[in-house]
Parts: sequence; structure tokens; C-alpha cells
Amino acid sequence: MMNNKKEDHEIRRKENGHAGDILDPNNQIGIRLRSLYSAVQEEVIPDRFLDLLEKLDQVERLSSEKVGK
Amino acid sequence: MTESQPSFKRELLASLPSLRAFAISLIGRHDRADDLVQDTIMKAWAKQDHYQMGTNMKAWLFTILRNELFSQMRKHGREIQDSDGAFTDSMATHPSQYGSMDLQDFRRALEKLPPDQREAVVLVGASGFSYEEAAEICGCAVGTIKSRVNRARLRLQELLQVTGEGDYGPDATSAPLTSKAFAF
Repeated sequence: MMNNKKEDHEIRRKENGHAGDILDPNNQIGIRLRSLYSAVQEEVIPDRFLDLLEKLDQVERLSSEKVGK
Repeated sequence: MTESQPSFKRELLASLPSLRAFAISLIGRHDRADDLVQDTIMKAWAKQDHYQMGTNMKAWLFTILRNELFSQMRKHGREIQDSDGAFTDSMATHPSQYGSMDLQDFRRALEKLPPDQREAVVLVGASGFSYEEAAEICGCAVGTIKSRVNRARLRLQELLQVTGEGDYGPDATSAPLTSKAFAF
């Protein structure tokens, strides 16, 4: 699997010429971009989103119960 | 009304960290990015009947977020990004996450890119989308995405004075440009 991925990556690089370099594991811009991105990704999901999803779920459950009656 | 599919919520939750990272990369500010993510969740929830389980939830959410951002910009005539406040605001709220000088510099450089280039380079370089997927999310041609990523990469190299080529030696295209990068 690892090999496949690496081959895919190589193919993609070749197809895309220079633009593909951003995906190169040694590319300095790519490395910084991905560390910034993952710094945000690793933050805990704010409660407001969990609360919101909970509420949306609840509203839907209530309304489908009403329809059921 | 169809009942919500339990795995829809689960899949949405799984994509949230990446969706937030995308929003923050586009807008720069945590507070406004989170408002946008919230609007996106509500839109996605309302449209969940249109979503086919097992297809690319992440790409679907990114598309909704992007459309939402542009429709808000049209409505309010707001700039996509508050460039002046963006960096300082994020630093004040989240000093630990972006503590390294390297990342601070990078963040500042990213904010200097034109929005379409920033979006393309983030989608392909960090969010893990292929050029084809990024083109679909942005509603443009694959070639357009490729050229935006390429221009973004060169501009970032210029701003940060790195070659971007890792162990492969300096980049002849960007080297002559780096001297003026820190003029301001």
C-alpha cells in the first residue's frame, strides 16, 4: 500500500511538473503549510460545534416523533 | 421528513477539524472562521438528504463552506480576509499553537497571497485533495488549480526566502526575486 501511494505520488508529480513539488515531502513550503494546517487540525473541536450538532439532532428527533403521531 | 442518518453526524464530526483548518487558512481569524464553520454545519445539515453516504464528505463540506463564504461576501461586501487584524488576532488568541517563528512567518506570508491562490495551495498542499478534487471544490478547471498552486508556491518561496526544493538545490526561478521580499 505504501508503495502504491508513493508511486501515485510520483506519477502525480511528473504529470504536474513543478506545481507537484508542493507535495514533495522535502518541499520547504509544503512542510510549513502542512505544519500550520495540522496545528489547527489538532486543536480540540470547540464545544459550540458539538452543542450545535446535538441541538440539530434533537430538533430532528422531536419533529419526526410528531410526524409519527 | 427523513430521519437523520446516524453516520451522517459521525462523518461530519470526523471532517470538522480539517474543515476548520481550511476556514482558518482562508480567513485568518479564528472567530470569523468558526462562525463560517457553524453556518456550514447548518447548511450541510439541512442538505443532508442530498448527500450520498460513502462519497467524499470532506469535499462536500468544503464546497458548502466555500459557497457560503462567497455568498456572505457578496451580501456584505466584506473582504475575504481582514489582513491587518488577522495575524495579530490569531496570535493573541492562540499563542502556543503558532509559537515557532517559522510558522509565524509562514502564516504572515500565506496571508499576503491572493485569495484564489491561497485557497488552491491549501486544498492541494495541506487538505489532501487531488488537483481534480480541488478543481471541483472551486468550480474551475484543473489547469487553473495547477497554475494557482504553482504561483502560490513561487510567491511563498519569494516571501520566505526559501528555495522550497529541499535537498535539491536552489530554485532558479525564485532566487532573483527573494531580495525584495522583506522590503516592507
